[in-house]
Amino acid sequence: MELGGFIAYLVSLAIMASIYAVFCLGLNIQWGYTGLFNIGIAGFFCVGAYTSAMLTTPKPTGIYAQYVNQIFGLNLPFVVGLLGAAAVCGIIGFLIGIPTLKLREDYLAIATLGIAETFRLIFNNEHWLANGPRGLMGLPQPLQGIVSAKHYNYIYLIVVVIIMLFIYLLIERAIRSPWGRVLRAIREDEISASMSGKDIFHFKMQSLIFGSMVMGVGGALYAHYTKSISPDVFTPLYGTFIIWVMLMAGGSGNNKGAILGAYVIWGIWIGTSFMTDLLPYTLKARAPYIRFLLIGILLEIILIYRPQGMLGEEKRVSKLLEE
Amino acid sequence: MIVLKVENVTVGYTAVDILHGVSMEAKSGEIVSIIGPNGAGKSTLLKAIFGLLKPHQGKIILNDEDITGLKPDRIARKGISYVPQVDNVFPSLTIQENLEMGAFIRTDDFSQRLEEVYDLFPVMRERKKDKAGQLSGGQRQMVAMGRALMLDPQVLLLDEPSAGLAPLLVADIFEKVKEINATGVVIVIVEQNAREALKMAHHAYVLAMGRNVMDDKGEVLLADEEIGRLYLGG
Amino acid sequence: MPELITYGIVLGSIIALGAIGLTLVYGIIRFANFAHGDLMSAGAYVALFVVTDFLAWVGIPDTNFGPFSFGWRMLIAFPISMVAVACVAIIFDRILYRKLRSKGSGAVIFAMSSLGAAFILRMVILIVWGADSLFYRPGMLRPAMDLPLGIKIRPDQVLIVIIAFSLIIFLHLFLQSTKMGKAMRATADNMQLALVSGIDTERIIIWTWGIGGALAAAGGILYGIDVQLQPSMGWNFLIPLFAAAILGTIGNIYGALLGGLIIGVAQQVSTAFLMPTYKPAVAFIIMIIILLVRPRGIFGGKSA
Repeated sequence: MELGGFIAYLVSLAIMASIYAVFCLGLNIQWGYTGLFNIGIAGFFCVGAYTSAMLTTPKPTGIYAQYVNQIFGLNLPFVVGLLGAAAVCGIIGFLIGIPTLKLREDYLAIATLGIAETFRLIFNNEHWLANGPRGLMGLPQPLQGIVSAKHYNYIYLIVVVIIMLFIYLLIERAIRSPWGRVLRAIREDEISASMSGKDIFHFKMQSLIFGSMVMGVGGALYAHYTKSISPDVFTPLYGTFIIWVMLMAGGSGNNKGAILGAYVIWGIWIGTSFMTDLLPYTLKARAPYIRFLLIGILLEIILIYRPQGMLGEEKRVSKLLEE
Repeated sequence: MIVLKVENVTVGYTAVDILHGVSMEAKSGEIVSIIGPNGAGKSTLLKAIFGLLKPHQGKIILNDEDITGLKPDRIARKGISYVPQVDNVFPSLTIQENLEMGAFIRTDDFSQRLEEVYDLFPVMRERKKDKAGQLSGGQRQMVAMGRALMLDPQVLLLDEPSAGLAPLLVADIFEKVKEINATGVVIVIVEQNAREALKMAHHAYVLAMGRNVMDDKGEVLLADEEIGRLYLGG
Repeated sequence: MPELITYGIVLGSIIALGAIGLTLVYGIIRFANFAHGDLMSAGAYVALFVVTDFLAWVGIPDTNFGPFSFGWRMLIAFPISMVAVACVAIIFDRILYRKLRSKGSGAVIFAMSSLGAAFILRMVILIVWGADSLFYRPGMLRPAMDLPLGIKIRPDQVLIVIIAFSLIIFLHLFLQSTKMGKAMRATADNMQLALVSGIDTERIIIWTWGIGGALAAAGGILYGIDVQLQPSMGWNFLIPLFAAAILGTIGNIYGALLGGLIIGVAQQVSTAFLMPTYKPAVAFIIMIIILLVRPRGIFGGKSA
């Protein structure tokens, strides 16, 4: 591979890693700081991507309308797509939270898993909604045209990194506020007498919604990067499992760890594809499974031997609730 | 003859020690009461004896054998039974099944022991097919003691058996404790109900802040003015 | 409609086999085992290996077995697979969950570890057998029997219900009348007290995994006989399993049986109105309604 091609490859790798970092940051709000066990990230991924796609593409007309069904298409700017994705995912998080946040923590997991599968089924089966299994294509990209299409990925990388850093700073601020301290108190069961069950429910709900919104943004960023989406992308493997491994590897409860984990695990994931290239031809078709098997084993090793991840949780001065 | 001996035990949970060098002993045939204010570490002492907590320091000796740090099922095999203060029955199991669980580690035929326990608590024989979860507090306490007696223990550890019971039932329970003791079982009982506990005790220990404060015969402590003022509400 | 209800009972008894294991594990070891569906897949594929590879290699012919779509080999493969998956479940416990127990990890870490185990199992199946649908005996379809009310049912399906219920009755007898069974119920009630009574709770945990794994394997094979084998079959069962276990109150095996039947019937009846692919969503909606209306399930409420 010549140098230019190699750099372009690195850029595409960095874009995906940064998008995954956004998901890890969203998950970190829920799991790392509040202890909410969301295993339906793929659902928020899916909804975020589709929401942004439908907000930013025009509704097909003429001959295209025969091939592409889409309930609406508003042809709005990229930023509106991101915000819309965040809003819709926030609402879904809210709806999931109502029946589950007062129950044992694993009920949330089961419910989020269910919602993720349900969304995938809906987008697959309801052709009128977003073109069924064929999905949507031709999503617009921000700041297109300022460089040639060949080099566009550089621009998109900058866009994604800026958004990622913005979310990072936002979460850091929120976590250092009194609100963030309450969240961690809830996670550690260090609940002061002044907190009622209702208060705890509200704080958990806010965290769930906040994290879901960030995931929605991640979904939108993915959609506009690949420019085409279809329901089969948002599987539990690519949409949920790998994000969990990233956060656990990086260090839950640590935003830098969330980002680092995304880059490292995505790097390993891509790296193993070179490894499986060496496999005999007969096994090549099954190479992704071998790679996922390794990622699964990696998760188990982390959980048993280094549950705090690479960076571990950031120590903070004030631990308990004030006032 | 000394059956159970606790020597200078320091024990607690991960970060904090609850007991700081507590000692006690129980001789054969005795009822030993342990009293003291809330948070004195009375229940912790029983848990340490039964191996539910591992002492950082000190020794627990049963019949000249060091049993410090053994797991509860090993200690049960050596002849100590323990009745926790709360959640001390299996609610979805019948009374009979609760007693059978008490004999879980026995591989011999325990039907005779079962009859003896039923003789001690005749009400339980009548209701042996009932689920333990349907019983009243006093009856649950009896099932819990019955369960612990199935191993024919040498020492029975009771953690506040009178907690939460109506006064009339409290007298019943203490009566049963004396009956059990009369069959030759050494009893170590932790109680909030200090006056009653001292009345029936052959020997009693007062704990406070995780340390030994005093120990003497039950009647001596009962007559002690300071004990009376501090712990007997009089 | 009567036909759909009948098919629902067939599906429901398969779900019940998985849900009973799930609820046992949840009740005794106290975590949501997200690998339970994939244990079902493992059972189906181990039986496939025994039927198509191992017994062929041994030289046992796969002659027809009565009016059923599978042959004699399945009779041998069925118990072998149950034992094998019981071992798989126990091995996962020994190398993963026991370590987490000794570290005092929270319930969510266990659940996450089981999620990892689920993916590991599925990837192994995908590596060995690939992603395509498979059958125990391709092209072998037996004529359906006619029952009253216009119900058409295949002999296989009758046998599925009989096997499922026999296994469940067997489990019932084990739990009610053997020492180990009673100790399992005691441990589910109160693990601390079980420990205090001298019950070796680690041994109970091994038995729980063994029984849960064996029942899951049975469920997976029966589904493979009724429909087909698919690497994602177990994962797709996960939501119906949890829905059934929650509906019937976590920890209650009779509740899981009833919950399984209700979910199975609801899923099949829904195909009269919805696309069959929505079956998992139907189970999910029922589960959400239960969580909203009666989160402790139909048998929940009295014990603390």
